[in-house]
Amino acid sequence: MLTFTIRRLILAIPTLLFISFIIFLIVKLSPSDPTAGLPLTIPPEVREQIRESLGVNDPVFVQYFKWLKLMMWDEPLHLIWVEDGWLYRFEDYLYAREICPHPPHLTQLERTDLFPDGDYNSCIFDEYGPRIISYQTRSPVMELILQRMPQTLWVVGTSYIVGILIALPLGIISAYRQYSWFDQLGTFVSMIGFSVPTFFTGVLFIVIFAVNLGWFPSVYDTTLEVTDWETFKQQFRQMIMPVMVLGLFNASQISRYMRASMLDNLNQDYVRTARAKGLSESVVVLVHVLRNSMIPVVTVIALNVPAVFGGAIITEQVFKVNGIGQLLIIAIQAGDVPVVQTVSFIFAVLIVLFNLLADILYGVLDPRIRYD
Amino acid sequence: MKRTSILLGAAAAMAMSPLAAWADGHLARGGSGHLNIIYWQAPSTLNPYLSGGTKEVESASLVLESLGRFDDTGTLVPWLAADIPTVENGGVSEDLTQITWTLQEGITWSDGTPLTAADAVFTWEYCTHPEGGCAQASYFDGVESIVAVDDLTIEITFNAPTPFPYTALVGAESPIIQAAQFADCLGARAPECTEANFGPIGTGPFVVTEFRPNDVIEFAANDSYRVPDQPHFATVTFKGGGDATAAARSVLETGEFDYAWNLQIDPTILSQMEAQGNGTVVTAFGTSVERLHLNQTNPDPALGDLRSTVEGGPHPFLTDPIVGQAMSMAIDRALIVEIGYGAGGQPTCNVLPAPEAYASTANDGCLVQDIAGANALLDEAGHVDTDGDGIREYNGVPMTVLYQTSTNAVRQDTQALVKQWWEEIGIGSELRNIDASVFFGGDPASPDTFQKFYADVEMYTNNFAGVDPQAYMANWRCSDIPGPDTQWQGANIQRFCAEEYDALVDEMAQTADLAERGRLAMAMNDMIMQSYSIIPLVHRGGVSAHANTLGGVRMSDWDTELWNIAEWHRIP
Repeated sequence: MLTFTIRRLILAIPTLLFISFIIFLIVKLSPSDPTAGLPLTIPPEVREQIRESLGVNDPVFVQYFKWLKLMMWDEPLHLIWVEDGWLYRFEDYLYAREICPHPPHLTQLERTDLFPDGDYNSCIFDEYGPRIISYQTRSPVMELILQRMPQTLWVVGTSYIVGILIALPLGIISAYRQYSWFDQLGTFVSMIGFSVPTFFTGVLFIVIFAVNLGWFPSVYDTTLEVTDWETFKQQFRQMIMPVMVLGLFNASQISRYMRASMLDNLNQDYVRTARAKGLSESVVVLVHVLRNSMIPVVTVIALNVPAVFGGAIITEQVFKVNGIGQLLIIAIQAGDVPVVQTVSFIFAVLIVLFNLLADILYGVLDPRIRYD
Repeated sequence: MKRTSILLGAAAAMAMSPLAAWADGHLARGGSGHLNIIYWQAPSTLNPYLSGGTKEVESASLVLESLGRFDDTGTLVPWLAADIPTVENGGVSEDLTQITWTLQEGITWSDGTPLTAADAVFTWEYCTHPEGGCAQASYFDGVESIVAVDDLTIEITFNAPTPFPYTALVGAESPIIQAAQFADCLGARAPECTEANFGPIGTGPFVVTEFRPNDVIEFAANDSYRVPDQPHFATVTFKGGGDATAAARSVLETGEFDYAWNLQIDPTILSQMEAQGNGTVVTAFGTSVERLHLNQTNPDPALGDLRSTVEGGPHPFLTDPIVGQAMSMAIDRALIVEIGYGAGGQPTCNVLPAPEAYASTANDGCLVQDIAGANALLDEAGHVDTDGDGIREYNGVPMTVLYQTSTNAVRQDTQALVKQWWEEIGIGSELRNIDASVFFGGDPASPDTFQKFYADVEMYTNNFAGVDPQAYMANWRCSDIPGPDTQWQGANIQRFCAEEYDALVDEMAQTADLAERGRLAMAMNDMIMQSYSIIPLVHRGGVSAHANTLGGVRMSDWDTELWNIAEWHRIP
């Protein structure tokens, strides 16, 4: 299994390089311009200067290799710093070692308080190596991604878990009691969840629960920090609508797989044998059938995990969650190549990794599958 | 009768007294508590020199200020400066090449250090650094030098007589930044200063407490702001994301936000939302005009590289003002406004509709649709349908146009209406829409940009910032026609060219007298209108909405909408 994993990881390197190059070409060769969104009152000479300062006019291959070097070498150095067997975020390390005079992620007010003379600029990141810079914000892309991770993981991650928790029992019971009223109802609900787009359900939820009933906020507050019971309730209230919208969609998909897979297995000979041995129904269904039925479902679940990190472009926009999905779509609209490229590449890495993970899980679930 | 009025008076006094006491609390610094603003396009940075987008300029205006600003009537008012320099008060030199600003005394940055003329000089150096890619560089066009005469006196010298010298360091687009903070951020190093770009120190009513790019900004009242009671709000949340409809909903329906910007949505939906009584829609009109440009050069694909260039020759029929006039007469501008713009638009017959002093009234005949008149005009000129297909021929060329614009629901509605009206006068049209990021992208390699104009007619909105139309009217000089030799840069999109027009442009650049400048601008506007190379449709305004509990909003399209945010307050 280990050899298999290592072999797959090594094979992933050329795959990822190829993917990154293709993404870059698609983004670069599509007609987009970082100055397109600016007001027409900004004259063409100034636009040209802006493009020049962003490096948009460099040859495509030069831009690609610059990005590749930053992505593969400089960015990992920035995010991870190994010292005495400990991992640090680079900025934290600089502060801890008093190389950098101020702690990272200070608010403006805290900085002004700590450094009344205004020397807080003395820790400019560029002195510790270049980074991938976004065209729109002129700040490091990785910082943007890290900033957006919490809300994306909270909302999209929770919705995924909620979706799985709904889908598994729904699929199991639907299959066990095939064509019962429960099965019919489950099929009906998942068909709706599957076919009605989230931009419709999202707005519908807002109109019902935010506008008419006034129960939940329609705008997600990303600055909210959960510190006590009150803020937890607030967080819960603002998460419930996006989580349910996305959860319904995820549950529909997974429950169909679960049901189909259970049905395949329930008619197998080994099930009859298990029953003949006198095993109880619960053991037959929940141990023997379920374990065998999980194989395709686990694949579906594992392969969809990268999508959690990718955020949910539409749902994030509808509820103003402003996570990774919104970062990506805004960057696409603004022609912000470094952000689009970096975010897409991270997705590609996650997809390759979770594919591998799914393959390994097969072996765990089904002892007959061995790769070595 | 008398008794009633006395009683009413007493009742009013009773009602007023607690109100007055209460209002006092709200009008103290920070007394109004928290303000929620939603800009559905979220700001990417708080340094307007690095972005140039409206969203960044407006959000940064809470922190950064300039010498003078335009109020809601378009009048230039002193802001950081003590007064507005003019030729009369000696602040502008007689030969119009120098302007001397004096800062108000005692203004400090939010970190407590004094604002000095050196900061202004630094701002100029910052924005004009050749490697910086400063988005507002055009505000410093023609500036030869900016010198700090003493701590409070700033002397700006232009390299030519400048009748309207209120560009550099005036208005929300070119505010003064702190030299101490940005000293290490010149030129190519500008993007390295993320902390400064995301949290500029300013003189304005608010300071940044947290900035999350493209998401949300938190502001708090600036303790050292120069007006004792202001800002009335203690903290501000400036949220971005979503879309215009959702932003309108959050103010007018759910009441989660107090102010929403740029609500260009279906007017029927907006008025339904407003009818719920939570908030008010406000509009302000600047200089934006949605217009049609009629290509004066030939866009025929058969011309290859010469299409839509002066060398390719004139358009087969759109250079004839009779044709343009008929096309203009066929359009019902009021209907376009009603369907697509609502309160955010007014029918207009001028490409220069404002300010008041520059707005011509010579072309107002276009406000009434006249299809019969348009038909008669074309019939008289002899451009009739000779082959019976319903399309007129112009010297044998069928009068069919390719009519393009950016992808946008309102624009596609307008296109459909105009197509129908033109059919009624025997002019056929083929409609096309192009994604806005491509259409306005200016990529010289793309055939679909508005500058290349590979079409007969195109529609979009343009405007100018501030109140002076000199640079805007200079757009239509012969020398500004885009072409392959200039990488298709140039603002004379319809390729209009007239010597008399260029002469007027030159004359305006030498004229300081305001009345005379008004006359020249109107003459230029009329000349373009009567050439029918531009057909103006709608004078567009900014549309925003605020909660009924938010007081002090004076919506403006001349500067940032938030120009007087220090005066905003909570109404009980």
